[in-house]
Order: sequence, then structure tokens, then C-alpha cells
Amino acid sequence: MTTETSIGGLAVILLAAIITNNILLSKFLGMCSFIAISRKMRTAVGMGLAVTFVTFCTAMINYGIYYGVLVENAPLCRTDLSHLTFVVFIMLIAAFVQFVEMVIERFSPVLYINLGIYLPLITVNCAILGVNLFMIDPDKNFNFAQTATYGLGSGIGWLLAIVLMAGIRARLEEADIPRPLRGLGITMIVTGLMALAFMGFTGVVDL
Amino acid sequence: MGSCSIKGCCSRASEWAKPVKDGVTVENPVLAHALGICSALAVTGYVATTLVMDAALLFVASLSCMFVSMLRSVVPGRVRLIAQMLIISTLVILVHLFLRAYYFDMSRDLGPYVGLIITNCLILGRCEGYAMRNPPLRSFLDGLGAASGYALVLLAISLLREPLGHGTLLGKAIMPEAFEPTMLVSAAPGAFLAMGVIVWIVRSIWPEEISDEHPEAGAQ
Repeated sequence: MTTETSIGGLAVILLAAIITNNILLSKFLGMCSFIAISRKMRTAVGMGLAVTFVTFCTAMINYGIYYGVLVENAPLCRTDLSHLTFVVFIMLIAAFVQFVEMVIERFSPVLYINLGIYLPLITVNCAILGVNLFMIDPDKNFNFAQTATYGLGSGIGWLLAIVLMAGIRARLEEADIPRPLRGLGITMIVTGLMALAFMGFTGVVDL
Repeated sequence: MGSCSIKGCCSRASEWAKPVKDGVTVENPVLAHALGICSALAVTGYVATTLVMDAALLFVASLSCMFVSMLRSVVPGRVRLIAQMLIISTLVILVHLFLRAYYFDMSRDLGPYVGLIITNCLILGRCEGYAMRNPPLRSFLDGLGAASGYALVLLAISLLREPLGHGTLLGKAIMPEAFEPTMLVSAAPGAFLAMGVIVWIVRSIWPEEISDEHPEAGAQ
């Protein structure tokens, strides 16, 4: 289903990406970092913002590469190179994250030290590659503006999920959890409950 | 393993088997280190798709660990992550094209989740953590073991989710007529809750040596 590129149409995509089709809670992507980083609120927010930025930018760049080079009869390359999509996308994400890392190191050493190991971890965040792969889905048939909005919305959705989780985990520290459930078990169950809550929004907007 | 006339043969055999066995129980990457649950939870709605995903993972994990290990002395340190991802991506593309050519319906059911094996923290973790320091054959077995543990967890989750969520098993209806499949189980929350339950059960049975610290977040 193609939504129009009006502001209303884009707002629908934004809302859907954040809430009803949340990249983490309904599409299961981005969980590794989610579980590891949601222990402290500050790192969670930092990571979430970084992921949002990278998702937004790489979605747009990869859109350009996909429709400009990889598909059949593209403006820049006539042959069908779409089988290289996976490699090209992930290489671009890795390169972009490396670039962002260098920029941050140059312009804000404090931020660089704070983010520490998490910057390279963004490269392997399934959510980013996932958004890039979802946006070229032929069923959706997004144009550039829709892709940019979808990328931004997905990033914000991930940020929302991780911040919520960090808040909940802060509360869980005081709780008396059975030993086998501590750590991963309870996190999964809490995530399931969060996914259930977000499922309640189904039908509000349709992507 | 009975009476073994060749000295040392049994201990060597069990030595080879250790990485595989460990990968399933004590060092099970999903349950011990919460690695790689990412993309694969999405396909656990049906046992059939889970089995295909398991096969793909075993193939990619073992072979990529082996290749990374073979190249470990020629790859410069700074670009090793990129090199590992290149190897993994190539193998994933092979799997993806194979599925699209011979099992198109299954490929469509799996959607983009086959491609997301590339960012699977499990495979990258084993490549970086084991294959970069060990000979190819051991790395192959290590990858195989880690992926086996992962595959078993996914299979367990799907065995919970398909009967309860759809009333079928591998496509054949197995629940009584009056059974109404629960949407809770077949949709996203069901996967998380099923995973939580499985982790609970497994950690109750094997409580030793399971750390709940994600290795990457160790430095907090």
C-alpha cells in the first residue's frame, strides 16, 4: 500500500514506525545492544540517539545506492546487481559508523570517551541493517521522502524502547527475582509485556 | 564410549566434541551470553521456518568461522571486523540465493531475516572471539557448536509457539477442533515470553557457569 507523500502521509509513516511497527518490539531487531546497554539510562539514551542518527542517514544513502546503482536499468549501472545488496548495505553502514566515530573523536572527545565501545557496536546493530532492508521492500514501494521518514521513525522507535527498558530495569534492581530468571529471563519477559502494550496500538495507523 | 584399543583415541574424540557439546549446554551463546537473539526470533512462529533458519545459521556460522580462521594471519588488525563481515555476507548471500532459487515460498516467508544473519552477534562474536586465535578445523567446530546451541533454543521456542499460536505443527493441525489459537503467542510478545520461559527452565536445570553479563557491556 503506497501512502502519499503529503505531510499527512509522512506523519502516518513516522507514527507507524515509532509505535505500531516498532523495529524492536514488533520486528525483533536490535536486541543484542538493547539487552546489553539498557542497564543504565545515560548510556541507553546515548546509544539510542546514535542509532537514530545512523539509521536516518544510512537509510537515505542506501536508498540512493540501491535505486541508483543496484537495481536493473538503474541510472548509473544498467546490469542487475541486486544480489549484492546485502554486502553493499552492510559495508556502507560500517563505513558510515567509522566516519561518525572519526568526526566525534575530532569534535567532541568527551562524547567519544563516553560512548566508548558502543560506537563500533552500532555497526552490528541488526535494527539498522533491518531498516535498510525493509525500506526496499517491493510491497511498500517507498519513495525517498518516505524512506527518510521511515528511517527516522524506526530510530526513534528503537530509542523509545531502549529508554523504557532502561527505566524498567532501574526499578527491577530492587525487585526480588528468582535466581534462574535474573538477567536475561526477566528482561525477555518484560520485553514481551512491552511488546504486548505496543500491540495495543495496532490499527491506529497502518503502514 | 566402551573399550578403545587405540590409546588416546577416545580422549581425542571427546576433545573434538567438546566445543560442540559446550556450545549447546554450558556455553550456549543465547542463554549464557544473550547473543544473537535479534533476528531469529521473528521466524520462530512456525517450526518449518525455524528449521530452515537453523540450517542457514549452522552453514554460515561454521563456514565463516573456518574462513576467518584461515585468513587470520593475513588480515590487518584495523579492518578485521570489516573482513569478517565480508566473509559472513558472502555466505549469507549464497544461502539467500539458494533459497530464492529452490525454495521460493520459504524464502518469501523468511523475508529479510536471512539477510539479517549478517549482523547476528553470535556469528561475529565467535569469529572475533575464537576464530581469530584458533586453527580452522577447531574454529569450524566451534562455530558449529555455538550455532547448534542457538538452533536448539530457536527450535524449542517454535515448538511452543506454533501449536499454541496456530494450532498446527509443521503445517499439520494437531490441536483439537475446539482449540482457539492465541494471538498473544503467535504475535511478537509471544516470542519474547516464550524465550523468557525457556531461559528460566534452562537456567534452573544448569545454573552453574552461566553468567548474565553480556560480554560487550562488561566495561560499565
